[in-house]
Amino acid sequence: MYDSDKPVLEVKGLKTHLTTKNGVSKAVDGIDFSLHKGETLGIVGESGCGKSMTSLSILRLIPSPPGKIVDGSILFKGKNIVEMSEDQLRKIRGNEISMIFQEPMTSLNPVIPVGEQIAEALRLHQKLGKKDAWQNSIEMLKLVGIPSPEKRAKQEPFQLSGGMRQRVMIAMALACRPEVLIADEPTTALDVTIQAQILELIKKLQAKIGMGVIMITHDLGVVAETCDKVAVMYAGNIVEHAPTEQLFSDPKHPYTKGLLNSLPRIYEDQDELATIEGNVPSPYHLPEGCRFASRCAHREAICDRKLPELIEQSDGVKVRCWMYTDQWALHEEKEEVL
Amino acid sequence: MMMFILRRIFQTIPVMIGVTFVVFFIMQLVPGDPAVLLAGEGASKETIEGIREQLGLNQPLYVQYTDYLMNIFRGDLGVSLKNSQPVLDEILVRLPITIELAFFSILITIVLGMAAGIISAIKPYSLTDVSVMLIALLGISLPSFWFGLMLMYLFSVKLQILPVAGWDSILHIILPAVTLGAGGAAIVARMTRSSMLEVIRQDYIRTARSKGLRETVIIYKHALRNALIPVITVVGLQFGALLGGTVLVESIFAINGLGRMIVDAIRMRDLPIVQGGVLCASLIFVIVNLFVDIFYRFFNKRIELN
Ligand SMILES: Nc1ncnc2c1ncn2[C@@H]1O[C@H](COP(=O)(O)OP(=O)(O)OP(=O)(O)O)[C@@H](O)[C@H]1O
Ligand code: SF4
Ligand SMILES: [Mg+2]
Repeated sequence: MYDSDKPVLEVKGLKTHLTTKNGVSKAVDGIDFSLHKGETLGIVGESGCGKSMTSLSILRLIPSPPGKIVDGSILFKGKNIVEMSEDQLRKIRGNEISMIFQEPMTSLNPVIPVGEQIAEALRLHQKLGKKDAWQNSIEMLKLVGIPSPEKRAKQEPFQLSGGMRQRVMIAMALACRPEVLIADEPTTALDVTIQAQILELIKKLQAKIGMGVIMITHDLGVVAETCDKVAVMYAGNIVEHAPTEQLFSDPKHPYTKGLLNSLPRIYEDQDELATIEGNVPSPYHLPEGCRFASRCAHREAICDRKLPELIEQSDGVKVRCWMYTDQWALHEEKEEVL
Repeated sequence: MMMFILRRIFQTIPVMIGVTFVVFFIMQLVPGDPAVLLAGEGASKETIEGIREQLGLNQPLYVQYTDYLMNIFRGDLGVSLKNSQPVLDEILVRLPITIELAFFSILITIVLGMAAGIISAIKPYSLTDVSVMLIALLGISLPSFWFGLMLMYLFSVKLQILPVAGWDSILHIILPAVTLGAGGAAIVARMTRSSMLEVIRQDYIRTARSKGLRETVIIYKHALRNALIPVITVVGLQFGALLGGTVLVESIFAINGLGRMIVDAIRMRDLPIVQGGVLCASLIFVIVNLFVDIFYRFFNKRIELN
């Protein structure tokens, strides 16, 4: 059945669309990636490109309505999450795949002690008794570096700082030793020193548990530090998929290049990806052709005609751009003839 | 917290003094001379004057008021003009009845209201939801005296399963308590529903789902506790409305509670009873509000700080 050389998680052709009164938003529009044990995949891209929608889709947590997975499959150890029953899904959620959310301030229940919020998952999935689960949740709080965990466990979220709440979220996500951790911008809401501590913590725990991590961020510094490979997203698509080193040393897609060119500015403003001129197309009205075309300096007629495919290059990097296809050469010749 | 409670208790003192003031002086404005009334028809001038003397009605107003205030502190609310019984005794007989009625009504308001609200919120816009909310809308719009009479007609006159009026057994409590509690229940139901729907959209509910919890655990453990916070305010407000409502319901169902006592006393111009009754009702109102405030503050502390 499940072979450990195979990826734990395999996403194929995932499309998650949102139907609102303004029309259909193609927030996630054909995403493919895979993740092995112990590996860290970074997903980067500007605000609104569909990072959170992609990660929420994996655990089928998209708000519905308006959201719906309309196509594709999400294979976890070979089983398709998209087609699972609620019961099957519940056994995976928080147990084999867990998630750290982008919003640490609002993601914990305000009226339940944090220790209990960790313990309930342990009782549910690990079938621990009340006492053991509580003891275990204190251990988890200790593990994520919360001082006097016995006292903190009994407190409610409002008594904790933002950094501590995010640590609690991590403790909660890791309590059942998941095989996959999805971390959706685990540090954006936090200040720089705490950011570094939290990333360090995730890396340390990853080494300990051997889980695969999906690190969602719009901070390329975080990517460089933590990820083995990176998927660059743009308007619901992956436009480039490469090992981290290759992405930084030899970026291919014009969008990736733009991101890297503006890297120095990232350190001035940690929260925002440096801006590239022009606007991202609205997910409600996507162009026929390349979605980056309106901002691309290399744009040719062919770019507006058809959306390029994500194609693997000779060095293993995957790019979604006409420049890296045979058609590009043909196209240029044709232009010359004319 | 202790400071808050103490401060809140101290705040009630001027309020209560204000109430005695208003109660006392409004009664002065009521037309008709109580001494004349008390003496009965055809009494001689001397008799009337004697009664006036006896009750201190010929003293200047401020003297009457301070006397009145001192007497209250001594637990002396005067005697009924009708039967010369101490007012306090009369109140102590009537008050438990009203409290019992109010208790069961608020129970109906809370239990029925919250249950209906939750049922609605679990499947919004379903047939159940729409029907429950339609009934709730009726519950808010119907005047309670009409509703009470309809209940009485249906259950007591037509079906004959519940007593028409009186206050002897638990069966007697049902119809008045439903009449009095229904409006509040409708309001609480609507509030619970909207609050639940709001809470279900929150990030922490998504977190609870991401842990693999069952839907029932998510609703009752994670959502309900948060959803009830605004509902508590509404329930608090209902206490006030409820006390007013007892007057009407006690009259409809012929229950000898405090509300009916006041109404009867007004009709008979039994001034001390009216004063004592209103004073007592105000005191209850102030105390209930005090508790609601403290309870709400306690419950809401973490939300405010958040
Ligand atoms: N509840 C919703 N209703 C309608 N559209 C939504 C909803 N949530 C997200 N979207 C849309 O889906 C698209 C993708 O959003 P998503 O949250 O995945 O972006 P993101 O890449 O995570 O951005 P950020 O970096 O700001 O977190 C956006 O265009 C957004 O407008
Ligand atoms: S396909 Fe064309 S427009 Fe799009 S990124 Fe490549 S060159 Fe630019
Ligand atoms: Mg996001």
